[in-house]
Amino acid sequence: MTNEDIYKRISDHFSSYIIASDETFGILNIEINPNKNTEILQWLKEDSILQFSFLTNIAGIHYPDSTEREIAVVYQLHSWRNNSRLRLKAYLSIDNPTIDSIVHLYNGANWMERETFDFFGVNFKNHPDLRRILNEDSMDYFPMRKEHPLEDATREDKDDRFFGRF
Amino acid sequence: MQEKLKYKNQENLSKETIDGEIATINFGPTHPATHGIFQNILQIDGEKIISSEQTVGYIHRAFEKLAERRPYNQITPITDRLNYCSSPINNIGWEMTVEKLIGAEIPKRVQYMRVIIMELARIADHLICNSVVGVDAGALTSFFYPFSEREKIYELYEEVCGARLTTNIGRIGGFERDFNETFHTKLKSFLKTFPKAFEEFNSMLERNRIFMDRTKGAGPISAERALNYSITGPNLRATGVDYDVRVSEPYSSYEDFDFIIPVGVNGDTYDRFMVRQEEIRQSLRIINQAYNNLPEGSYKADLPEFLLPPKEEVYNQMEALIYHFKIVMGETELPVGEVYHAVEGGNGELGYYLISDGGRSPYRLQFRRPCFIYYQAYPEMIKGMTISDAVLTLSSLNVIAGELDA
Repeated sequence: MTNEDIYKRISDHFSSYIIASDETFGILNIEINPNKNTEILQWLKEDSILQFSFLTNIAGIHYPDSTEREIAVVYQLHSWRNNSRLRLKAYLSIDNPTIDSIVHLYNGANWMERETFDFFGVNFKNHPDLRRILNEDSMDYFPMRKEHPLEDATREDKDDRFFGRF
Repeated sequence: MQEKLKYKNQENLSKETIDGEIATINFGPTHPATHGIFQNILQIDGEKIISSEQTVGYIHRAFEKLAERRPYNQITPITDRLNYCSSPINNIGWEMTVEKLIGAEIPKRVQYMRVIIMELARIADHLICNSVVGVDAGALTSFFYPFSEREKIYELYEEVCGARLTTNIGRIGGFERDFNETFHTKLKSFLKTFPKAFEEFNSMLERNRIFMDRTKGAGPISAERALNYSITGPNLRATGVDYDVRVSEPYSSYEDFDFIIPVGVNGDTYDRFMVRQEEIRQSLRIINQAYNNLPEGSYKADLPEFLLPPKEEVYNQMEALIYHFKIVMGETELPVGEVYHAVEGGNGELGYYLISDGGRSPYRLQFRRPCFIYYQAYPEMIKGMTISDAVLTLSSLNVIAGELDA
């Protein structure tokens, strides 16, 4: 089953929820409406043809420069029946990064969502136990966001120019 | 602090017990039986575990954040510290991720050399896990037998890269040098002596009635539940699902080799042990095939921006000097792109999700760490078991603290 077939089948069902799509290194990326993530994931899991029933991982990404879509939540799914992968992306505003939890679909999503909350501050609605996981409970910021530089800000030998970003 | 330790579901527990006498105990974070820093707060009735709650993150080192400020070749040593029982798999997996992004063509010889190293690492990883299962079942001898063999594997790493545990093996595009004469001698002798030594270890436990009674039925999980928890690797295969990244998405020429994927039935400690034992035999088969058919050719790809040029060229040629400087100063820029590459690590699907914005370090790098994902299922697996079963289950899952906490 090619990525075109997968895209066609998904867009036939959810054409109004798909915002954009492209393909990188053989994996289909689909940007979805963040309010409809559980609906789409549930359908993908239960659809008898696609069978995207294995959740590989959930990743958060911070894009400070794109207004109103600063935080991305990326779901990577794997269909073992067709041996194909699929990436679903939902972009959220940094002022209110809220998205529905998918723990009721995949128990494995529990810690993945907690990790995304811990590092990016994404608020997963209806998560059974949304707490920090790897960081200290008393931490009051989300460390993987880009506004927290890794190095000491007073150091002059390591600035962004040396990393190819001007 | 006292409040934090109080179990959150304490009120609901009394109904399930016989006489309502429940004790809360801390299993970990530093405990000889956890083999790493894990905390489990167990609710026990007598010796039966009613429920448990995990705390993780004790050795969190912010690798994903660190990676955002490092040149690509300096991220390889970070990956060492994920699953430190099989660092070469992590190293090579990361190198292959970058190669995928830059579209590098890797010589066949490099691919076979990588397969040999990765399968040696898998043997070392599974040997540790299974010997520790023996220890936790009360058989200390089984811990010492395989360690002399593991030592031989570490000596082989040493010949290739100079290090033993945190290997930083290989480079983006190949290896820094070819296998040397000592490596060939040591590998040949390892391939000759290992099967016998392994079967000796195997005969201690595999059909040992005491060991079987002890491990059968301890910490089981069904295939359906395992898939719901996104479990991969030997722990999933023990439940009967034959998913292996080496077969489903072959990388580094795994499609050239003939091997089988062992699967279990019940997903309990004994099945996990047996799956790992058989995987060691299969890894040995792969190494034999790869080593006997090791192609001629270069030990590195043509990637001057990632592989240091020979020193004599640096002193005499302008171009080599430029590349040397670029690599040492971390000034190699990567193309814009988004790539996911998965390898079959010691514990399951080890994935690297890399987003590059065209800079000299990743914009975002996420490690899909199999341990982190499958350790979630632990409370469900030990519910209703005894404490000693919980210890066995933990070691047979092969939860590695470094990979768990990243």
